Parts: sequence; C-alpha cells; structure tokens
Amino acid sequence: MTIAEKQEEIVAEFALFDDWMQRYEYMIELGKTLPLIAPEFKTEDNIIKGCQSKVWAHAELDGDKVVFTADSDAIITKGIIAILIRVFSKQQPKDILEANTSFIDEIGLKEHLSPTRANGLVSMIKQLKMYAIAYQTQLS
Amino acid sequence: MFSTPLDLAKIRAEFPILARKVNGQPLVYLDNAATSQTPLAVIEAISDYYKHTNANIHRGVHSLSQEATDQFEGARDKIRAHINAAHTHEVIITSGTTHSINLVAYGFGHLLDQGDELIVSELEHHANIVPWQMLCERTGAKLKVIPMTQDGTLDMEAYSNLLNARTKVVFVNHVSNALGIINPIEYIIKEAHAVGAAVLIDGAQATPHMVPDVRGLDADFYTTSAHKICGPTGIGMLYGKEEWLRKLPPYQGGGEMIDQVSFEKTTYADLPHKFEAGTPNIAGGVGFGAAIDYMHSIGFKTLAAHENDLLLHATEKLKKIDGMCIYGDVPNKVAVISFNVAGIHPYDLGTLLDKMGIAVRTGHHCCQPIMDHYKIPGTVRASFAFYNTHEEVERFIAGVEKAVGMLR
Repeated sequence: MTIAEKQEEIVAEFALFDDWMQRYEYMIELGKTLPLIAPEFKTEDNIIKGCQSKVWAHAELDGDKVVFTADSDAIITKGIIAILIRVFSKQQPKDILEANTSFIDEIGLKEHLSPTRANGLVSMIKQLKMYAIAYQTQLS
Repeated sequence: MFSTPLDLAKIRAEFPILARKVNGQPLVYLDNAATSQTPLAVIEAISDYYKHTNANIHRGVHSLSQEATDQFEGARDKIRAHINAAHTHEVIITSGTTHSINLVAYGFGHLLDQGDELIVSELEHHANIVPWQMLCERTGAKLKVIPMTQDGTLDMEAYSNLLNARTKVVFVNHVSNALGIINPIEYIIKEAHAVGAAVLIDGAQATPHMVPDVRGLDADFYTTSAHKICGPTGIGMLYGKEEWLRKLPPYQGGGEMIDQVSFEKTTYADLPHKFEAGTPNIAGGVGFGAAIDYMHSIGFKTLAAHENDLLLHATEKLKKIDGMCIYGDVPNKVAVISFNVAGIHPYDLGTLLDKMGIAVRTGHHCCQPIMDHYKIPGTVRASFAFYNTHEEVERFIAGVEKAVGMLR
C-alpha cells in the first residue's frame, strides 16, 4: 500500500467512531501494536524533543525501504506514533519526504490533542522525515 | 450526606465560566492551584474601572486620575489589611509572585558577599529557585537545600543544621504547590531570625485557603498572586518589612519610582513607589482588591472547611482505586491531591479526564526537584476551590476510574 492509501485507511477507521472517547480508546489499542524500538536504541540521543512524555524513535534501512520502531512512556503517545509509523514505515525515503500529512487534520487528531501534545506530534513527523532524509542521502 | 454552610448554587452562579461545557460535558474545574476562576464581582470591578475611571495614576491634575489613584491605593490598603501589615507602604504591587521573588533576589545582590549562604527547600516552585540561583551566580553565594522526607514534609532537623552565621536569606513556600502540604513556616522564620537571616515566604498556594498574618508570622517578605485567589492574572503583591525594603535597591528604573531626575544624579521615590517603575496594572490592582473583598464576603474559615471536606471525600475515594499512590498524603495540607496510578502515565490520565470535561493539571508542576525525589515524570494534580461541589468530586472519581480502565 502507498502512504496515501494507508492514510485513507486510517481516516476511514477514525470515521467509524462517534466520539473522541472512542477514538482515544482506539489510539490506546493502536499503541499496544506499536513496533517497539530495541532496548539498545532507547537512548537519550533517540528521544524526540518537544514531547511532554518521552518518545524514542529509531529507523533502519531494509533494502530501499525505511523501517521505523519507537516507544513512549505514555500510552496515548504510543498510539499517536503507532499511527505515524503505520503510514511511514516500510516506504521509500523519497515517498516519506514527499508525503503530506493532511490526514492528521482530516481525522481531527491535532485539534483534539492538548497544545503540548500537538507540538509533540509535529516533532515526531519532523523526526521521521529527518531519518528519511538521512537514508535518501545514503541511497543516492 | 454532606452538609456545608456555603450556598454553593448561589456561589457558582457568580462564576459564569463554571456553567460552560468542555468537550460536550459540563466543566469540572479542578486546576484551581494553577488559576482560580473569577467571580462577577471581580470581572465587574475591572470592567467598571475601564468604563468609568481609566486614567494614569499618581501624577494627574484631573479628577479621573485622582479617582484612579484612589482606587489603586485603596486596593493596596485592602491588601495591607488582609495580610495584617503595619504600613501600606510595605505592600509593593507586582505582576505576581515570580516578579516579587525576582525583585527581592535582585536586591540582595547588593547585600551579599562571596561565601554567604542562602537556604531553599526541595519543595519549591521553580520561581522560588531560579532567581536565587541566578543571584548565587552573580554574587558567589552558596545555595543550600532543606531536604524533603518521603511523605513530602520538610526535614526540620536538617534545616537547623544548615543554618549558620553565614546564612543570609531563607526562602520557602507557605504551601507546596505540587503536594499541597502546609510547611512549618513559623518555626522556619524563628530559626532563621536566630542567626540573623531574612525570610521570604512564597504564599501563592497558601493565600487561596487561609489569611496570612505577616506580623504574626514575623515574615520579612511574603508574596502572592491575585489569580490564585479569584483575582485577575498578571497582578500580585510583595510584602516586605520596611527596614528590608529600605535596604534593597530599586529593581527597575523608570517613571513613578523616581524623586528627582537629572543626568548628574537621580534620587528615588519613597516606598512603595521605589519598586513600582512605570505605569502599573491599575485595573488589575482594582480587581485584586475586589477579589480580597469577595473572598472575605464568603469567609476564609468557611471556605477552608468546605475545601477540606472535598479533600477528604476525594482522598478517601481515590485510595480505593487499585494502584493509587498519593504524594504528600499528610494531615496538614490544603485541598490539593497529587497522585499517580501504577503503570499509567499522568499525561494519559489527564488527557482522558479532559475529554470528560474534567480539568486537572499533569506534569512536574514547575517542581522538577520533587519529581526527581520520587523518581517520577510527573503527577496528576487535582486542586479544589470553595466553589467545587461533592457532585464534582464524584464525577472526578468516576472519570479517573473510567480512564484507568481504558489505560490498563
């Protein structure tokens, strides 16, 4: 599936719920499916700055695709990053860099996050794209 | 089940914001330790000031200026009476507690020598730590810390051992903002005075719940912010004993704080204006005065008794939740509960409560040393005001139970 298809899929899933308590419940469930970062990468260097809860992210290249893993000490944060990883993981660096993230506005995620968490979300996307830049340079 | 001498329906009607909905649910506001809500009496005092009196103070020849001055100085005298200061000129109007502490810490820069010592407590808000650390950097003075014990109370034996002839200033909060514990400031002040040190008390978290008697306490400095006691934001007060305020140099230069200005020599105005450079927050001052009147119209003893009932009710119910850990669960505290539930991040809990219309604070509460002490990233803090109800406590408890169920 392309990034755009995955985004559409998530938008459709979120549309199934009537209210934000249910959507949070779903995010908590998604948090439990997050591909966890290996313990050796859970370092200070891999903490994403700008999040109120701790978030670690790591990326590896598998062929020509970037594979992300992550973790957080807060479960809703894990859910948010699980959504991002579902969209961006196992994609080519070029596609990750070119992807727009308007699906976040479409599901209304940003406006339903507290300001600190919304900032954290922006930081997470930035960090995932930074990894893509690094691997694109490596591949070219 | 619960009886209270407060007419809560009437009181709540005086706070328009309490009637609003948040995320589709009636608001349950339990973040009063951060900012209390504002009653109509205060909103109208500010509004009336702008509608009828607005002018600059202290120097106008015209009537509006005189009336504005009277209102602002009237508010200063209300504060004086409220805190039982001997003189109105011992009350400095500031933008709040943080401003007050910076003003005093700056002033002591001129009174300290290298090797002098300052004492802070581990329970302090960052606002009562950082200005003094900056002072230490400027002067070479040393910062000593009164440690907290596991239950959140201060170790008074350790405090006594820190005091010596080099101790110049001790600064502690009257009530801890992160835990709600009332500190033994009478003892702290007495011991500090025995070695000749001055004491600054940060009263931001005490003043919503009790009347500070600065003379009874013999505090050298006492400060609070209006927005903690139903007043507007951006205004507060610093009480200082006259002898100390005379020793401290002005904090900022400008209009209002001068006596004579020439390029050869400027002389400063007398107290309190020496510390009030520039046009003050006049409407804020008027609102502060109105807030003090409002709080007294309810009565501090009455409101504290009701808040204590809410505290006991909420504490008892919270303790029944599996994995509950309340920090600073000691008898001598105000209506603040700081807690975590095992295995759950406070931020997750706070987020879900917000979706249910329940406002609490999560995080380190500007008290990272306390969080480091307990080795936690933060807590959930519910802080109650006199306008909160037992029904709201029940909704809060049900909300925590629901969120915990979702997060486990």
